[in-house]
Amino acid sequence: MGDLNEFSLPVKLFLKAYPWRKIDPIPWALRKKPLSECRLALVSTAALVLPDLKPFDESIRGGDCGFREIPGDADVHRLIESHRSKSFDHAGIHQDPNLAFPIDRARELAERRRIGAVNRRHLSFMGSITAPGRLIQQTAPQAARLFVEDAVDVALLVPV
Amino acid sequence: MCNQTVSLVAAELERHGISTVVIQLLRQVAERMRPPRALFVPFKHGYPLDLPNDPRRQHKVIEAALKLLEDRTLSPPVLVDFPALCPELCKTSQH
Repeated sequence: MGDLNEFSLPVKLFLKAYPWRKIDPIPWALRKKPLSECRLALVSTAALVLPDLKPFDESIRGGDCGFREIPGDADVHRLIESHRSKSFDHAGIHQDPNLAFPIDRARELAERRRIGAVNRRHLSFMGSITAPGRLIQQTAPQAARLFVEDAVDVALLVPV
Repeated sequence: MCNQTVSLVAAELERHGISTVVIQLLRQVAERMRPPRALFVPFKHGYPLDLPNDPRRQHKVIEAALKLLEDRTLSPPVLVDFPALCPELCKTSQH
């Protein structure tokens, strides 16, 4: 299960000492309509990109805080996983990117009217960001503005 | 670090009026960060929605997450364990 004991000793020590950013105050948005009428967007931190997009920059100290858009009609099996972390098993995502970016599952939810619609675009980050200042100040607000433009109601966010 | 990244992005989406639910693989991180709505899953890193190529099991996790979005009795921070607590799921989830 997801546990610090999965990691090597240096990683475990780093994670134990790491100053996780406390969210305070906690923002809270309530749906204004039933889920069956809501537009859903996905956010994945598996560093998935389409082959023609610029890959994430593994060389940035503190992590690449940027994101890539993934169109809602993308073929999930064309996505390339480029997460730099060696601390987790990448095999499952290589077999089935839905594991971290469940776009096929989202489409199935829309088909059976569990949700109203799947948004026209989704966002991919590379989650290994140890210095999240730019994420907090710039790229997360940019991501939010894109979803506001699209009239997204709800979002499912999936780490790896 | 992925657990932190999704939590920070979720907080920003909520500030913009979008309801969110994050999957979390490290309970300690969720407890310290306090994302608005979090579903803690008992799977190892790299397998946040359980098994690859198993839509039924992936839907179970997603459905549990959607239920957090639907439950109007909840207040932040929400941290709920995925009901993997069903032995039949846990047995086959030891990747």
